[in-house]
Amino acid sequence: MERILKLVLFLGVLFSGTVLGQDGANAITPLKFETVAQQERYRHFSKVLRCPLCQNQNLNGSNSGVAGDLRRELHRLISENKTDDEVIEFMRSRYGDFILYDPPLNASTSALWFGPLVFLLIGLLTIVFMVRRQRTAAAVAILSEADKSSLQSELSLQKVDGKE
Amino acid sequence: MSRLKLFAPLLVFALLAGLLYSSLGNDPEFLPSQLVGKPLPKFSLPTLEQPDRLIGPSALIGAPALLNVWASWCYTCRIEHPFLTRLSAEGVPLYGLNYKNDAAEARDWLQEFGNPYRFSVQDLDGRLGIDLGVAGAPETFVVNSEGTIIHRHIGIVNEKVWSETLRPLMLGSAEAGGN
Repeated sequence: MERILKLVLFLGVLFSGTVLGQDGANAITPLKFETVAQQERYRHFSKVLRCPLCQNQNLNGSNSGVAGDLRRELHRLISENKTDDEVIEFMRSRYGDFILYDPPLNASTSALWFGPLVFLLIGLLTIVFMVRRQRTAAAVAILSEADKSSLQSELSLQKVDGKE
Repeated sequence: MSRLKLFAPLLVFALLAGLLYSSLGNDPEFLPSQLVGKPLPKFSLPTLEQPDRLIGPSALIGAPALLNVWASWCYTCRIEHPFLTRLSAEGVPLYGLNYKNDAAEARDWLQEFGNPYRFSVQDLDGRLGIDLGVAGAPETFVVNSEGTIIHRHIGIVNEKVWSETLRPLMLGSAEAGGN
């Protein structure tokens, strides 16, 4: 019952959008889906797919012509119940990895994926190296402290010897 | 040794500066085409010249040719137009892809500036543009004599682009096709 109510509300919102949208010159035609699941998939993909023309906008946020066309294609693919892989493949075969906000791991993106790890390793090694050096330095200091006193006692003994 | 270590920050700075400087020249809008090496996508669309007849990719196949994506709303296409007219006059096979453009406005545009295209495929809804991986206009594809896309150029075609990139590719593909 609650689900049906939600669906009715959802459709109501959609259709109110149509009525409101008709007034504007840049009317946004709402896309209709048969199921809420399709709507969710559309929302997901329009967020993770990048507009090929704009530098940092997803399909959802871009006002460019090509983004509008790609939203239309995305709507078609989802209405045809294409799998996630099929949707991604459709986009990638035309626009390449550029269209994915989450870049796949391959030779050209390996620096992107492993670069931070390399820097982290360099940082860790530097810390390890520095800590070790400080410890040895401290150990040397302690030793020389002991040496000093032994030396001093040694010397004072010698002085006493010399005086006598 | 410890003296040399003092220069480490300078070295890091120099490396970073070098990296950033070399990246300055990178074109962030460069989008490698996925279609290079692939045949022209299938389509069945009218042309501006013959709106009643549908044509397919075979109409463009035969000799190495240029397929130029244009529209009357595209200001840079206007800047590119005189050079395309020159190429066309020199006999370079040039086809148009009228991208997301009202047919009447497109015809008016050709009327006003002249028509360098053998014909312009009408892609009103941008569907063929998507199959070609087009992001906007102008873009130009080099198609070889078998109808395979061998290059995609984003932006204006000018003397430099033509003589350094497009022309050698077209000549190369013509020789390969002739052998």
